[in-house]
Amino acid sequence: MSWAFAARLWREKRLGAVGGIIFLLFLFCGVFADVLAPYGMNETNLSVRLQSPSLDYPFGTDHLGRDILSRVLIGAQLSMVVGFLAAGLATVISIVIGVASGYFGGRVDMLIQRFVDAWMTFPDLLLLIVVISILGPGMPQIIIVLGALYGIAGSRIVRGSVVSVRESMYTHAAESIGASTWRILTRHILPNVMPVVIVLFTTRVGATILAEAGLSFLGLGVPPPAPTWGSMLSGTGRTYMYLGPWLALAPGLCLTIVVYAINVYGDALRDLLDPRMRGVR
Amino acid sequence: MSNTLLDVQDLKVHFPVTEGVVISREVGSVKAVDGVSFSLAKGETLSLVGESGCGKSTTALAVLRMLRVTAGRIVFDGVDITNLEGKAMRPHRPKMQMVYQDPFSSLNPRMKVRDIIGEPLRVHRPDASKADYQKRVAELLDLVGLLPVMADRYPHEFSGGQRQRIGIARALALEPELLICDEAVSALDVSIQAQIINLLMDLQHDLGLTYLFISHDLSVVRHVSTRIAVMYLGQIVEMNTRDALFAEPRHPYTQTLLQAVPLANPELEAERPQPLIIGEVPSVRNPPAGCRFHPRCAEALPQCATDAPAPRQRGDGQVVCHLA
Repeated sequence: MSWAFAARLWREKRLGAVGGIIFLLFLFCGVFADVLAPYGMNETNLSVRLQSPSLDYPFGTDHLGRDILSRVLIGAQLSMVVGFLAAGLATVISIVIGVASGYFGGRVDMLIQRFVDAWMTFPDLLLLIVVISILGPGMPQIIIVLGALYGIAGSRIVRGSVVSVRESMYTHAAESIGASTWRILTRHILPNVMPVVIVLFTTRVGATILAEAGLSFLGLGVPPPAPTWGSMLSGTGRTYMYLGPWLALAPGLCLTIVVYAINVYGDALRDLLDPRMRGVR
Repeated sequence: MSNTLLDVQDLKVHFPVTEGVVISREVGSVKAVDGVSFSLAKGETLSLVGESGCGKSTTALAVLRMLRVTAGRIVFDGVDITNLEGKAMRPHRPKMQMVYQDPFSSLNPRMKVRDIIGEPLRVHRPDASKADYQKRVAELLDLVGLLPVMADRYPHEFSGGQRQRIGIARALALEPELLICDEAVSALDVSIQAQIINLLMDLQHDLGLTYLFISHDLSVVRHVSTRIAVMYLGQIVEMNTRDALFAEPRHPYTQTLLQAVPLANPELEAERPQPLIIGEVPSVRNPPAGCRFHPRCAEALPQCATDAPAPRQRGDGQVVCHLA
């Protein structure tokens, strides 16, 4: 992303730019969490357990006297890793399946789409629980399962878009010129399904972070004591909801803000990358 | 032979109609083009006219080998291209290019004009130097009456007529011999149509192009054509030189088609006999027996319902009718 593009983003899509900045801020916190965190993430101090927010502990402490700020920072790291890798994997899977199905059509399309149909009849949570119980909880498993789950479901959206672009006259023109399939896919099909893919990716980042939170709630997420936002929210946060609401407040707010920021940023990106939107507010 | 650029013999393009999802079986076929023969001499313009769904565009797509040919033969510049697919067809593609109907959907909105016009060059001359490439793009823009500085703009920044010029420039990039114009001006305003038609005719004159011109607009066709073929339900019913066809249409369908062109003078229009055509176009899945036009023909004889007429030579042209 060039400076010129960033300047355009700021000028034309203020909200999206703010979303981008918030997102970068969280990314920064995630990357430098180890340096920024005032305490260790598992450093317990039972003399200060369940303290409300103060100067020493800006977000308060939990039932073991662990600093919530430190845990939220480390959690940012974990959530970003899960969110981005799983959403990235999901997007790649969606593109591969969607393009194969939509562009090549015919029997291939039929077979793939019936498989996707069958896949989508299973409730998400059921698949997650089954696979995680077989593989055991852990970050790589969660990323792969979430990636596959959202990737296959999302392929339907990519496919629809690919079909409409494939039938367009400019794709036809490229075929009549004698352009290779690879060229048609990379120069005509993909650029024109990008708007859909960008939105798919950004919504998936939010969805996977939330899904990880849901899995943590069931005890199938990234195993404790690693502090993901989901487990902080659903584990100790829920248990101590009345005694220390701040336990859930910080991770909950972070989750909400990051997911929102990524979504507005994604929308802005989609609009700006469309040449037809040049100079349109 | 040397003067013939394109020779199409008894071309048939049928699309199977299938039922069943897992085990599909053919239950019939849409006979979009059913036995079309014509040939194109170098430098001439043959127009295909007829109402929607008569197979004009399908014929064009079959000639471009964008569709599988069911039967018949297509010989382009001495080479039988009827069954060439994919890579085998690629070397022949530069010589035959197409100009599309809709200038809005035929240009990729995410590519700059430079890349749109240059794409044929990149595909077929990947070794050309950057300078040569830029020079050729500028040359092409100039050829179609656009400014070379426009190369860095996106299609949405242009008007319909300008976009159609871009489409023509793309088609001309590889110096084709045959240009297929599929309703190339019907999406444009009348004033712009005239400009584009003049451009096409100038280009034909300067570059020695051969046109296969597809249109339903008879006034345009009258202006550009050397010869005209009238199609009905996947077949050519009459083909003749332009002047002969307009002066003396022999097939009842051609006669009604010409009568359907409105006259500018309302008084003359009121006095004119009303078109003789009745009913709707039958389904191409199940065309009528005998002459395909007989259910709608006001002059049909009993034999028209049973015997399909053979093409008859009349003057310079041919007509497929028992009455002619």
